[in-house]
Amino acid sequence: MITNSQMIDILKAIAAKIIEEKDFLTELDNEIGDGDHGINMARGFGAVVEKLEGMADKDIGSLLKTTGMTLVSTVGGASGPLYGTAFMKAGAVLKDKNEMDANDLVAAMEAAIGGIQMRGKATTGEKTMLDALCPAYDALKAGVEAGEDLKVALTKAVEAAEKGVEYTKTIAATKGRASYVGDRSIGHQDPGATSSLYILKVLLANV
Amino acid sequence: MKKLINAVEKVEEEMILGLVKSAPDKLRKLDCGNVVVRANKKEGKVALVSGGGSGHEPAHGGYVGEGMLDGAVAGAVFTSPTPDQIFEAIKAVATDKGVLCIVKNYTGDIMNFEMAIDMAKDEDIKADYVVVNDDVAVKDSLYSTGRRGVAGTILVHKIAGALAETGASLEEVKAVAEKVIANVRTMGMAITACTVPAAGKPGFELSDTEMEIGIGIHGEPGTRREALKKADEIADELLGKITEDIDYVGKEVAVIVNGMGGTPLMELYIINNFVNDYLGKKGIKIYDTMVGNYMTSIEMAGFSITLLRLDDELKKLYDAKADTPALKR
Repeated sequence: MITNSQMIDILKAIAAKIIEEKDFLTELDNEIGDGDHGINMARGFGAVVEKLEGMADKDIGSLLKTTGMTLVSTVGGASGPLYGTAFMKAGAVLKDKNEMDANDLVAAMEAAIGGIQMRGKATTGEKTMLDALCPAYDALKAGVEAGEDLKVALTKAVEAAEKGVEYTKTIAATKGRASYVGDRSIGHQDPGATSSLYILKVLLANV
Repeated sequence: MKKLINAVEKVEEEMILGLVKSAPDKLRKLDCGNVVVRANKKEGKVALVSGGGSGHEPAHGGYVGEGMLDGAVAGAVFTSPTPDQIFEAIKAVATDKGVLCIVKNYTGDIMNFEMAIDMAKDEDIKADYVVVNDDVAVKDSLYSTGRRGVAGTILVHKIAGALAETGASLEEVKAVAEKVIANVRTMGMAITACTVPAAGKPGFELSDTEMEIGIGIHGEPGTRREALKKADEIADELLGKITEDIDYVGKEVAVIVNGMGGTPLMELYIINNFVNDYLGKKGIKIYDTMVGNYMTSIEMAGFSITLLRLDDELKKLYDAKADTPALKR
């Protein structure tokens, strides 16, 4: 069970992790993209932390919706609309909820991934954040359906996301700016998949 | 990093303020963000809005003015502006004739502009967009995001802007913008990388004997790295790729030899000397040539060549009056 005050802590911890990894994410993006992923994500999550002040009495859906809207209006690039839409869609699923269980998390993650696919017109195997998120979702869903404890299921989800990030090293990008360097993107891990992995890791550490 | 700036986080805003102060009777900055609009809004015409990341100066704010854009949105350096910023620009310039957004083909730009246009439609503003994808360095296939929008975008601003100024409908202005997009091709290269102020170091490293072929305008690596060649040999390769893509033989063209920001005019003229001879030999007639920094990548040294195939309609609009800080005709 995750309460709304825990969700605020989780969102703040995600922001701290993204800001901590800003330079590394930017470095990854330099290799295959335009070198701004860490900078943009850190700016966006910095703004999210400010927005969360004074939201202690809000439901989880509102917290996630505010996070998404803040990311859309502060991150820019492709990551802003993608992560922003993901958090907004997850927020819509959790509307009016003051606590969420494992099934809620599965539903929220499904909606978030659906939002990313819709906005980015992307699927797995294209060297994007979906290569971390989709296998993680599959693992989480399988675990929860098998009646596993949320922490156990999430641990498997993070492992799947880690494998997904490793997988992005082996493939060429066909979506986003990394697709312009074509096969030269092989050998480099995808910055978006990496930031998605960080978000899942923080979630696991805080449940 | 060695740059003439005051603070990394102020680069975009101070740049926009400085641009507006260079033409205070013609340009105005919106209070809500880094959005440049004409000082005197013109009613009864389709309003044109463009934008993208900063770092491409004079694009796009420098092309706001009579005969070209009505508004331009500047995101962070090399980062698409956000939907709310774009929406503010659309609202500020919208007329009852509608708004046409000119978007370069990047995943982020398209997503942010689409979201802004949805917001505009919710407020009953007639808005549409075109996507510029003139860069032949990138293969246009199902397996990539498609060709990038680069320096050819300036010609879309010029020609669609000229038609919009006559009071043509949104459908007509969109159609002529798409006609330019169908007939314009560009390819670029770099001999040095550039440094995004917030990153503090160059996007890639190139030795004194190397170059990147097929670069875009965001300091990203190109499609290929190889040993630096003579200017004529490089221009020959770029022109070969461009003229392979669409048939220019027997046609009249507008040419842009565009500097990426860190290349002196001396070198751009050397390139143009070759471009002119090459096109003459191929039976491609030059209608007009622009040499200069029109769509840059901060201080990157390098250049791109753009060719636009013209017909009588496009020639007339190409020649029409334009009065903007970066392009006058």
